[in-house]
Amino acid sequence: MTDVKTEAEPVEAGGRRERPKVGLADRDGFLAWVMLLPSVVYIIALVGIPFLLAIAFAFSDVTTGDPSFDFVGFANFGDVFDDRVFWRSLRNTLVFTVISMLLIVVFGKILANILVADFRGKWFVRFLVLLPWTTPVALSTVSWLWFLDSIFSPVDWVLRNVGLIDANVVWLGQPGTAMASVIAVHVWRLTPLAAVIVMAGLIAIPKDLDEAARIDGAGFWRRMFEVTIPLTMPVIAVAALFGAILTFTDMTVPYVLTRGGPTHSTDVLASWAYFRGIEGGDVGQGAAIALFLFPLLLAAAVAILRAVRRLEAR
Amino acid sequence: MTTTAPAGKPVGKVPADEMERLRRRYGRRHVAARCGVYGAAVTAALLCALPFLWSVISAFKQNQDLYNPESNPFFFNMPATPDHVTFLFTDTPFLTFVVNTLIVGAAVVAITLALALPAAYSLARLDRPWGTPMGIAIFMVYLVPPSLLFLSLTRVVVALHLENTLWSMIVVYPTITVPVSVWLLIGFLKAVPKDVEEQAMVDGYSRLGAFLRAVMPLVFPGIVAVVVFSFTLTSSEFVYALAFVSSSPEMVISTGVPTQLIRGDVFFWQSLQASAVITAVPIAFLFNLFLDRFVTGFTMGAVKT
Repeated sequence: MTDVKTEAEPVEAGGRRERPKVGLADRDGFLAWVMLLPSVVYIIALVGIPFLLAIAFAFSDVTTGDPSFDFVGFANFGDVFDDRVFWRSLRNTLVFTVISMLLIVVFGKILANILVADFRGKWFVRFLVLLPWTTPVALSTVSWLWFLDSIFSPVDWVLRNVGLIDANVVWLGQPGTAMASVIAVHVWRLTPLAAVIVMAGLIAIPKDLDEAARIDGAGFWRRMFEVTIPLTMPVIAVAALFGAILTFTDMTVPYVLTRGGPTHSTDVLASWAYFRGIEGGDVGQGAAIALFLFPLLLAAAVAILRAVRRLEAR
Repeated sequence: MTTTAPAGKPVGKVPADEMERLRRRYGRRHVAARCGVYGAAVTAALLCALPFLWSVISAFKQNQDLYNPESNPFFFNMPATPDHVTFLFTDTPFLTFVVNTLIVGAAVVAITLALALPAAYSLARLDRPWGTPMGIAIFMVYLVPPSLLFLSLTRVVVALHLENTLWSMIVVYPTITVPVSVWLLIGFLKAVPKDVEEQAMVDGYSRLGAFLRAVMPLVFPGIVAVVVFSFTLTSSEFVYALAFVSSSPEMVISTGVPTQLIRGDVFFWQSLQASAVITAVPIAFLFNLFLDRFVTGFTMGAVKT
């Protein structure tokens, strides 16, 4: 809306000429760097350098037992590609991410709509809704571990008493249900975050737009799909971006819930890298697997950022 | 918002019986909408909170009650006992974990704000040609996953002699929180009309003064959101905390509880459930408090001045 071209420069320059002194802090270029520099230095020192180090590890034979650095070229990548578990975990990662992200965005949008509506006891409902996301993930996943226990699971208890099943499902013991459980826990955990992001966008919509649509006779669904959703699309894209990133790089839920099992059916790239690099002790291979997260994430992020910019430009 | 009071509409030339029909129709529609809203709200709350509700019940259960596949998991089939909850406080280092989490969280939030706020302002407002690419570059840093970095970061932490201290987490966590915070703050800053600070500068403030006096109060909801967001990210971080700290007195909740309350195959289930609830409730409470202010602040910000 506000065109970037209409800059403040002429006004500022005019205002400045009348003032006798121009401090260093008034020079935009200098100020911009001074304000930005601490963050950049911090990030380069603690992300940039370790990142390069991690790339170096991927081309080395470093193990936890023998930390001396020897260059081995693409040997680690060759080993990783020959390993069927890697392809399995890559596929799992994609399934896990795509399904989780779709569900997180849809549920997040629904939840955001509920949270902006007016009703009694809203504060309490919000509090309950926020619980999954604000709880440290390792703790809530431990709770779920018991929730899906092979013998004492209350989910199974309910299903048994309703009469839907005769014996326990053993959610975490079969490939299909284990994956479904991991996705369910993850979606349950991240939906409130997506809802909060979308909510911020919903509230920023000028009220008169909604009222205008209402006066023109647009019903709830029509306003939803022709006013609210188009206007909040950038925010929804941001929520999707967060969902994708937090899902792609997450290993806590599969790690705590299933340890990648049964037989690697819930192993994702991050957890497989951890098992290889830490528990297997092969730092080089672990780093090579983990490196795969980066280009895939980059592609996803660029795609979504483009979508956002196209929407903003419209 | 939902007050579609048909009575308030200009009547115009609509005949009386037509009016009455419309009024009844809108009235019915209103009731249906209210029911829908309450139904949806209750469903959402239950779906989100059911595991916690159930955790609260099982935390107070006796062993024979909990470890019986036939007993109803939603009721006390035997008298409730607080033993496992007191065990958590008296016989486990849980309270130490709580204090450590708070210290780390507060320090990380302070560092995050000190770094991210100026950076976001620089990128959102000072109109440098490199502003947008730099903003995206900083955000991309968030995409570098902990599972990729923690091996090499462990080396860095050891080199700085910070292993097994809270400082290891305080130093490293801002690498997660700063990129997200910069990204969020850029959004919040862009939502503030430029006229606000231009006016302040015309009134004689320096750029810095305009930022502190005119822009900061307007993005305050955004800052609160960033504080809460950073704290939540920090308290739930798992991989770094596990890699850097292995001695129990320096652990935070997210690693301490799963590693110290699970000994091999022995799960202290009731205590685990209690610790999850005890941790979850205050954080969610805090978040909800801030969320409210954040939301009202945002509505005020949306009103064009």
